[in-house]
Amino acid sequence: MRNVRADFPILNQTVHGRPLVYLDNAATSQKPQAVIDAQAAYYRTINANVHRGIHALSEAATHAYEEARRKVAAFIHAPQTEEVIFTRNTTEGINLVANAWGRKFLKAGDAVLLTVMEHHSNLVPWQILRDQIGIEVRYLPVHDDGTLDLSDLERRLDGVKLVSFVHASNVLGTINPVRQIADAAHAAGAVVLVDGAQALLHLPVDVQALGCDFYAFSGHKMCGPTGIGVLWGRLALLEAMNPFLGGGDMIVKVELERVTYAEPPAKFEAGTPPIAEAITLGAAVDYLNCVGMAEIAAYEHDLTAYALGKLREVEGLRLLGNAPERGAVFAFTLGNIHAHDLSTLLDERGIAIRAGHHCAQPLGKRFGVPASARASLAFYNQPAEVDALIDGLHHALEVFHVS
Amino acid sequence: MSHDLYREVILAHAQSPYNHGTLPDATCHSHQDNPTCGDEIDLYAEVRDGRIVEVRFESQGCAISTASASMMTEAIKGRTVEDAARLLASFRAFITAGDLLDPTLEELEALEGVRRLPARVKCAMLAWRALEEVIACGRGRA
Ligand SMILES: Cc1ncc(COP(=O)(O)O)c(C=O)c1O
Repeated sequence: MRNVRADFPILNQTVHGRPLVYLDNAATSQKPQAVIDAQAAYYRTINANVHRGIHALSEAATHAYEEARRKVAAFIHAPQTEEVIFTRNTTEGINLVANAWGRKFLKAGDAVLLTVMEHHSNLVPWQILRDQIGIEVRYLPVHDDGTLDLSDLERRLDGVKLVSFVHASNVLGTINPVRQIADAAHAAGAVVLVDGAQALLHLPVDVQALGCDFYAFSGHKMCGPTGIGVLWGRLALLEAMNPFLGGGDMIVKVELERVTYAEPPAKFEAGTPPIAEAITLGAAVDYLNCVGMAEIAAYEHDLTAYALGKLREVEGLRLLGNAPERGAVFAFTLGNIHAHDLSTLLDERGIAIRAGHHCAQPLGKRFGVPASARASLAFYNQPAEVDALIDGLHHALEVFHVS
Repeated sequence: MSHDLYREVILAHAQSPYNHGTLPDATCHSHQDNPTCGDEIDLYAEVRDGRIVEVRFESQGCAISTASASMMTEAIKGRTVEDAARLLASFRAFITAGDLLDPTLEELEALEGVRRLPARVKCAMLAWRALEEVIACGRGRA
């Protein structure tokens, strides 16, 4: 992989007098200059509403917006561009499926299968349906090593209409065997939704090879801006579903007595969309393609091995999860030092990590840790930053008189 | 080694907090969560004739929140509910606005370093938010 460090202006700064070491990439990624420039260029040159005006700027904006959709579709190997729906984020994508698909096709007594390692965004929408329409919510358990327990998958799939699970865990780092689960789910007649929030920045994603039916992710976690996300879905499912939000752009015709909905993707993009953000996400896709997802994955593979080796040497450090297939996300506890205290001590040295439950409280409960520290790396992180983290952990042990 | 935020007194309280545990004779109880991080506290108080005669807490939290709870319970034990309300107001003004602390709360000065860390103010306040509920309960009983 080429040297990308200089592409990220934000990384070149000091925090509390020390060089910034940004290890909170699972929360949100940083943005390269090319992405920052793309957003400014949009506002400087072609800002207009899309799909509406019959004038040059509107046509240019519409073209750029639809071009971004094509870029995203190609990036995830979607069979058709119309299958890419722009949302606000992963959370909205999952809620879209829960509401537009779930409220049409699920009825009381139907089951949905999730896993214990889900982010709250893939738990709560289904719990809402459970509470409102009486569906049953089941969970695949997680082994101590952070992999999913698939031993009883077939039995657990009995009566299940939809399976929804995370591609890459934002806590354990585990990369789940999407294809295997999707095939089993399809054999049982279930539809498969995958939460790809933590995948796009780190691995090549091919929705056809994964074999799922829906795939949701967030732009801000893949070098793109906030306020934009993507839900990919198979066209036949998108056509059969209910609309989600109602309003302008999602209709063909509105009369006082009846309304005709537009075809996907417009059907699910009511109102003025996040135009600048979608176009800028297209620039992020260009950037990631330019660095190369295969190169990124190989670089992170080595960085992960390096970090794991170093973390395991720290006395009293307990890693959550130890899956063979994993990304550079490390949640851990250190002695009895609370994650908050750890995070504050690291922050004083310019090191940004996350502390808390990482929006996966049931998973914390499963591992008996209500709060943990989490360092999450990206392809613009360097081994020296892992070393800075390790030094910071030793410093925390000293402050707390653990060593 | 000494640290301006994690002073020895804070570490000492965090490692062996005072008034830790449950209180079978509690007349007032408050449970508080810090939703951003999953920290929790249960504060139990036995209020008799407007006085907090006994107080205990159980918590799951960081050094800042545990030390704050330990020192807070030490400060209010045996005091009247109205005194506790005054101390609560004083601590809140100290931590959020930098006001001078009531002399009774002298030891809590050690939490001064928290004031420059907005994200940690919530940790320091958790036990005090529980106290606020206990005060309301104690007043209801008076
Ligand atoms: C695995 C996973 N799913 C879903 C989300 C939700 O993403 P967003 O907040 O962008 O909707 C996140 C991010 O926090 C995540 O890590």
